[in-house]
Amino acid sequence: MKRKQLFTLLVILIIAMMALAACGAPATEAPPPTEAPAAQPTEAPPPTEAPSQEGIEPAKEIVIYNWSDYVAPEMYDLFEQETGIKVIEDNFSSNEDLLAKLQGGAAGYALIVPSDYTVAIMIEEGMLAKLDHNNIPNLKNLDEEFTKMYYDPGNEYCVTYLWGTTGIGYNKDQLEKPPTSWKQIFEAQESDPWYGRMTLLDDVREVFSAALIYLGYDNNSTDEAQLAEARDLLINAKKGISGFDSDTYEELIGSGENLVAHGWNGDFLQADDEFGNIGYLIPEEGGTIWIDNMCIPATATPEEKLAAEMYINFVLRPDIGAMLADYTYYATPNKAALAEMSEEYTGNPIIFPPDEVRAKLRLIKPLGEFESVYQRMWDEIKAAQ
Amino acid sequence: MERLRRNPELQAWLLLAAPVIFLLIFFMAPLLIVFIYSFLERGKYGGVEWVFTLENIRRVFDPLYFRTFLRSFNIAIITTLITLILGYPLAYFIANSPPHRRSALLFALMIPFWTNFLIRTYAWLTLLRTHTGLINVSLMNWGIIEKPLPLFGNDFAIILGLVYGWLPVMVLPIYAALERLDKSLLEAARDLYASNFHAFRRVTWPLSIPGVVAGSMLVFIPSLGAFVTPAILGGGKSLMIGNIISNQFLGAHDWPFGSALSMVMMIAMLIATVIYFRWTVKSEALA
Repeated sequence: MKRKQLFTLLVILIIAMMALAACGAPATEAPPPTEAPAAQPTEAPPPTEAPSQEGIEPAKEIVIYNWSDYVAPEMYDLFEQETGIKVIEDNFSSNEDLLAKLQGGAAGYALIVPSDYTVAIMIEEGMLAKLDHNNIPNLKNLDEEFTKMYYDPGNEYCVTYLWGTTGIGYNKDQLEKPPTSWKQIFEAQESDPWYGRMTLLDDVREVFSAALIYLGYDNNSTDEAQLAEARDLLINAKKGISGFDSDTYEELIGSGENLVAHGWNGDFLQADDEFGNIGYLIPEEGGTIWIDNMCIPATATPEEKLAAEMYINFVLRPDIGAMLADYTYYATPNKAALAEMSEEYTGNPIIFPPDEVRAKLRLIKPLGEFESVYQRMWDEIKAAQ
Repeated sequence: MERLRRNPELQAWLLLAAPVIFLLIFFMAPLLIVFIYSFLERGKYGGVEWVFTLENIRRVFDPLYFRTFLRSFNIAIITTLITLILGYPLAYFIANSPPHRRSALLFALMIPFWTNFLIRTYAWLTLLRTHTGLINVSLMNWGIIEKPLPLFGNDFAIILGLVYGWLPVMVLPIYAALERLDKSLLEAARDLYASNFHAFRRVTWPLSIPGVVAGSMLVFIPSLGAFVTPAILGGGKSLMIGNIISNQFLGAHDWPFGSALSMVMMIAMLIATVIYFRWTVKSEALA
């Protein structure tokens, strides 16, 4: 009898541990117990000292928090050879993911790569450190257009990394006539070859932008009725998609698993290099344009910040900027690097959309409190059967 | 010192101090935070506002989320039943193998654990993909099917992934129970003219129930909270409550609601566990 009690006790203990692992884990991951309860970061970004921080040695090792496949592989080695600073990369797959990790108290990152609207939020929340332009002399290589962005005029907090568009990629071998409008995506018929063989980005703002643009509304709409209409459209569209995917969609097009995917232009061009069968277009109704930026989190130590500024300066060098653009197939904001690029790159309409296409591209804007309405409806879309 | 040597109770407490403190800090404190956060208002981009509200708890019972809850329960129960049906005979077979072979079989059962669960789940993708997966491609090449089977991005794929992942956890406790079983009881049953079936029904099964209970709990609980398997094999289209919870933290920046969902799920699990224990203990007594 005693032995059995012991056995039961052991089982209960294991169950208790598993219960924590099963359901407690996602919950406890975000608020670490050591953190002060009120998690609103109120600390102001450290003031920028005019002279290059005297007496501060750059950190020997920095961690960059980046999108996946978003750097030329040899860049980190080259940077380490030149400066002795080792770079470690960690990846996120959406702006919301990045913001949540940093808000949850994740520290140790020296450089992050948020998109335009997320930079605006991070500045407002005091999450970014001001850049010391003395450490970034190559800033002069940045195209003037990118020194006047609405979210950070004058590059006080960040420097443009790359920019691109969101549209539709397709398998050229298997689709003679790809879908050219969002209607063919969101209201796909079973007779369409891509029915059940397409993915949408796993990204709330991108997917809502596409749906709102199709419905003829502002893609940053704060009208609940318009959003509800977009939500119903998307719930209906779920039947015709094989999933929401932000990480592997381009390879699935290349391999022929899927035929159409909602995604980022450079990703499709990179995959086309490998598979040779991928096309890309902006649907008739329009798409989104985004600008990714290198920023330094306010939590970086002065040593890390200096090393990160050295890295930003390194990326802004013409040869490195060209290397980055050449590998990622995204548009570079670096005019000195652009001068070194081949005609194949600078003349590529997928990388640099012609004016009539650019006129149809929209930025995603920060929406403050209203964002929770988007999130709730996103849950509804995801949970719908 | 002298007191310590003569006081076994104090000795026991000192020995227990480390695990107790560990559990208090890393188990109770996070749970307490989750509990408190459930009743607070959300911060704009994560975090909480220190204002008391019951809104989060109310939202959990919103049909939208509640349906996902019920669906997750269903998936977890089906997973548990399938692993039990597959796992019991396997455990029985291993327990009745010659002793020298038992350890080899148990070893084989544990081998998959050497590979990271995430990688094993991704490996299933290469088999299950609708148009380029090994299963559908082979079946279509052999002319057995004309249209690919819907193997991916649905509940079938999720349950398959969960059963695959948790089967060993079901087998081990049942094996432990069966292996300890006193063989002379079975001989006694035979002597009393019990058929094989009756001997199993009246002797083996009742004595293995503690193992079945343990195995079922060990499968049911992580299945209910699963979020990696549905995220990968469900194609991000078919979700379980674990995905909704993780999205509250990683996407929606709504920590209080995520905490509330976790709390309600833990309570639901606790109730299910207690009911299951009661029920099996009763049926054990009846048997």
